[in-house]
Amino acid sequence: MSSFLLRRLGGAVFVLLALSIVVYVTFYVAPGDVAQIACGPRCSPVQVAQVREQLHLGDPLYTQYAHFVQGLFAGRDYSTGTGVLHCQAPCLGLSYQSDQQVTQLILAKLPATASLAAGAFVLWMLLGVGTGLLSVWRRGRATERVLTGITLAGMATPVFVIGLLLIIVLVTALQILPFPDYVPLTDDPEQWAWNLLLPWISLALVSAAPYARMTRASMLETLAEDHVRTFRAYGVGERTIIGRHALRGALAPVIALGALDIGSMFGGAVLTESLFGIPGVGRELVDAVKHVDLPVVVGLVLVTGFFVVLANAVADILQAAADRRVVLA
Amino acid sequence: MAEALLVKEAGSVTVPASGARPFWRRLRRRRSALVAAVVVALLVLVALAAPLLSGIEGQNPTAYHPDLVDSATGGVPLGSFGGISGDHWLGVEPLTGRDLFARVAYGARVSLGVALGATLLQVVIGVGIGLSAGLGNRFVDQALSRLTDVVVALPVMVIALGALAVVPAGFPRPVLIALIVGLVGWSGISKIVRAQTLALKSLDHVAAARLSGWGPWQIARRELLPALAAPVITYAVLLFPSNIVVEAALSFLGVGIKPPTPSWGQMLSDADTWYQAAPTYLLVPALLLFVTVLALTVLGEGVRTALDPRAESRLRIGTRSKKEAGA
Repeated sequence: MSSFLLRRLGGAVFVLLALSIVVYVTFYVAPGDVAQIACGPRCSPVQVAQVREQLHLGDPLYTQYAHFVQGLFAGRDYSTGTGVLHCQAPCLGLSYQSDQQVTQLILAKLPATASLAAGAFVLWMLLGVGTGLLSVWRRGRATERVLTGITLAGMATPVFVIGLLLIIVLVTALQILPFPDYVPLTDDPEQWAWNLLLPWISLALVSAAPYARMTRASMLETLAEDHVRTFRAYGVGERTIIGRHALRGALAPVIALGALDIGSMFGGAVLTESLFGIPGVGRELVDAVKHVDLPVVVGLVLVTGFFVVLANAVADILQAAADRRVVLA
Repeated sequence: MAEALLVKEAGSVTVPASGARPFWRRLRRRRSALVAAVVVALLVLVALAAPLLSGIEGQNPTAYHPDLVDSATGGVPLGSFGGISGDHWLGVEPLTGRDLFARVAYGARVSLGVALGATLLQVVIGVGIGLSAGLGNRFVDQALSRLTDVVVALPVMVIALGALAVVPAGFPRPVLIALIVGLVGWSGISKIVRAQTLALKSLDHVAAARLSGWGPWQIARRELLPALAAPVITYAVLLFPSNIVVEAALSFLGVGIKPPTPSWGQMLSDADTWYQAAPTYLLVPALLLFVTVLALTVLGEGVRTALDPRAESRLRIGTRSKKEAGA
């Protein structure tokens, strides 16, 4: 187990390093003058040259990257023209747009994203596993066919389509829910949940479908196994077989999928956050891209990648813990 | 997203394709797949014949009709249901009065075209990398597998958002988006192909081919690719609709297809501010996107079961009969 963890950790570090190089090269080698972008469209050539000097953009790429990595592990100093600004490790650079430290910027956006992810996760797990369970319980009947159809439709619907329709129905027509206006959990828990309800439901509706499919498929697979037939022969009730044995078999893949999804969600549910105006990591990314704020984009891609890599490792470990047959090799 | 699920499902399609004819027969037997195929065919037809159809309607996707919107309300289309009439089959766009039918018809070209290009690219790269990893020595396999890990950690959305910001504006957007989605989204296919290649490598006929002095390229082409066709096709067919959603999502975020080229996702994002005054403007692209992706998903599902007839029956073994279930 521990050797698995170590190897996994090593792999993760490698992937992140490679990821940072890919992102760095993509953004800094791509056409377009970075100094001009950083300075803004109305800068004079002299000002652009100044910015190039300040941000070391004239240096060879590998030097720039080395500085970036140094900032990541040891912090680095930026000259602001009048003084020196120290950016503490892990330093992801300064935003071109606001001169804020990217690390702080991202940390400030994480609570909103985490709030969205956590609530939606609970809902879609219940919805997905519940639907899968129900369609196995009622298998071979009309209920199963209807549920399978709904699940397929759920897989086919982009979150912004569901979200827009829900806004029309629940906010505009019926006026049951408010249009989301994010309130931090620490300010007012009740308002926090009330305002996030619509995004949670939208995200859960589109994310639940794969879980329903996986639950159903895994449970049916378990039910077809020999030991279940033996249970049946011994007269074990259907409810016990489904609830205790089949569900357990389905748990491992479902948990693993859940870990993967929650990992990618921390990179920001870009669409959901944009649609409902939630000030999270995903919306920050869209803003950064629209303003060509390269350090913020690079930082966000790295943070996202970190969570994806972490989620992958957690998914493997959880799967091994839930299912003894999985060997961590 | 649902990639892990797709990999699992398509990866289980291990039965070598038993020829084209039984496949078509099995596909035709599924009524849902048949209906979906008809819908997809219609959509493709609309996309191909977009200039012809809007010509019959007498409209084009970019002409402004300021006389058809009410300037007093800020540009709400005149007439009922968003200005639907004999001249404008689906009404007109708020503010500009552009013909909605012509725009969605041309938008279908963008949606289907971008998704097709991206899927083809994903298949080519994924099969290439997967085969090389599976057939190569340990070093090659390690290097390519790590590369796949890196690509998995690259979220399509993030890279697409970033790359679109730095590529010059003159580059045709639909091509660029197809390239990005294709270059970032091949990891699922390569994982499946690698796993299958490793499994196939140990089979007798492949070993025999190797012993008789065939090179890796020849083995790949003659012995492996035919057996890989089923899982790759399955995955690709399921990937196609998800590529449509990615394009729509990028355009929805305002970093995908740029106006005046019409795209469904971009129309949805415009409609976001008009849904109260002009709901048709929102419903038309939303329903089209939904129907397109649903039809393609159902069709993909049909292809999957037709290629892997054991899948459903394998899952059916434990099924209770109606009598047993108490019905």
